[in-house]
Amino acid sequence: MNWTLALPEIVLAVIGLAILIIGVLLKRDAVTTCTMLTIGGFVVAFMLVLNGGQGTGFNGQFIADGFSSYSKLLILAGASLAAILSIDFNHKQGIERFEFPVVMLLAVVGMMVMVSASNLMTLYLGLELQSLSLYVLAAFARDDLRSSEAGLKYFVLGGLASGLLLYGISLVYGFSGTMDFAKLASVLTNPLSASPGVIVGMVFVLVGLAFKVSAVPFHMWTPDVYEGAPTSVTVFFATAPKVAAMSLLMRVMCGPFGHLLAAWQSLIVIVSIASMVLGAFAAIGQSNIKRLMAYSSIANMGYALAGLAIGNADGVRGVLVYMTIYVFVAAGTFACIIAMRRQGRAVEQISDLAGLSTHDPLLAGLLSIFMFSMAGIPLLAGFFGKLYVFLAVVNAGLWTLAIVGVLSSVVGAYYYIRIIKVMYFDAPSPAFDARAPSLSFVAAVTGLFTLLFFVFPAPVVDAANVAAQAIFK
Amino acid sequence: MMTVGLGHYLVVSAILLVLGIFGIFLNRKNVIVILMAIELILLAVNLNLVAFSAALGDLSGQVMAMLVLTVAAAEAAIGLAIVVVYFRNRGSIQVEDVNLMKG
Repeated sequence: MNWTLALPEIVLAVIGLAILIIGVLLKRDAVTTCTMLTIGGFVVAFMLVLNGGQGTGFNGQFIADGFSSYSKLLILAGASLAAILSIDFNHKQGIERFEFPVVMLLAVVGMMVMVSASNLMTLYLGLELQSLSLYVLAAFARDDLRSSEAGLKYFVLGGLASGLLLYGISLVYGFSGTMDFAKLASVLTNPLSASPGVIVGMVFVLVGLAFKVSAVPFHMWTPDVYEGAPTSVTVFFATAPKVAAMSLLMRVMCGPFGHLLAAWQSLIVIVSIASMVLGAFAAIGQSNIKRLMAYSSIANMGYALAGLAIGNADGVRGVLVYMTIYVFVAAGTFACIIAMRRQGRAVEQISDLAGLSTHDPLLAGLLSIFMFSMAGIPLLAGFFGKLYVFLAVVNAGLWTLAIVGVLSSVVGAYYYIRIIKVMYFDAPSPAFDARAPSLSFVAAVTGLFTLLFFVFPAPVVDAANVAAQAIFK
Repeated sequence: MMTVGLGHYLVVSAILLVLGIFGIFLNRKNVIVILMAIELILLAVNLNLVAFSAALGDLSGQVMAMLVLTVAAAEAAIGLAIVVVYFRNRGSIQVEDVNLMKG
């Protein structure tokens, strides 16, 4: 029973409760203070994770290893960027309430528990803490019909996915007799003797988690929720929860079900190909940039799943590097989207970007960097993300996956580059309002990361390597 | 006299699960019915967990069932809150009216 391993989660949860009290007691300016305190809490948790010990605690329910630390650092970084971006947007939209950062913080606690799960119970606990907070966030603009519709749709489909995941957990438990990841792995050592009940349960678990990473065919909620939810929530949805769900998927598939690779590999390959292709083609016809980003994130999850399909440390390393780059590029893109305001109102059509380069060359330049990076143009970060994933895929001999991936990223490049074309070559539309410094800060930081990743890939790749080795121990 | 074994519980729970899933997808009337269908799925899971726990002689299934009950209560509270917010904006909770965004 080593509870200090969960110190980052415990401290973060206590900070969340404290912020709740502070928010109620403070009469004026509660929102800014609470958001700052939340970001401070993320920084504290970041430090605690960096200096945290390793091992299993809570009678094997909770594990802290290189993999969980890497994912937690990434989740905290993504959530901090989203929190910074939310300040300005929520203020201008008139939805600033101090509960916003608190709910966000609780969702982050849930994600951190998820990636540290070493038992199906912990997995469910973390997943639900995350999901319930995210349902509330999606419906946060409570006077806006689109936001409440997004919340309703996310809740219904999310509830269904949790139910299926839970049914899968019950089957896995019943037919293997344990919920512990390590024990499951030893029970399932011989794939031929695995009970069909365990396989069916594993598929249900896979379905539930595929919903959380919004992989095809469980993606139907993504475009509606991305479009309907306030943009400050969409940026959060696109970063931290995706990392958490993808890490959990890797942990579960490569850990307890690692010996059943033959059973789940073909499923992941199909889901990955479907996500890459649908993400690439469905985004072409979109006119709303948030909806386009939804399809883009579906495609990105497809690329990440391609790395998972290999089921070895190389693939997991590729996925971790990919997710790291994805989080920064997505946060940067959304910083630019939040900056799209005209006469005090948020605009989100791609045509609103027309001629941006004449009014605001800096914003146009940054958005171009992110779009080129998403399209996978060499020397930008996005290219290296795809490189590490597809290198591992090719080394494992999964040629179909690699070929479909490269072809669909060519199709994807079309709609990313179309945005750049609209910004630089279309007749200018009226200028946007002045940007808030917080947006410029996030866009500049993530832009520099995207631009200069090729100079210093080694620390990220080495850390991802250590993390990937940890789940195959 | 037929004894009720693990298989019977699993069949009942599988039927409840299917009813829940169909309740979500075939229901064209009311969002409240969807909330009930989600509860039905969770109850199917609980039945499964408790039956397995009894059959295996292992307590963790029952602990999990308690956890699921707690989470189901929280989920229902949040779901109803979202439905109330939606009703205030839309003036209706008919499923066919949830169509502002395509998809």
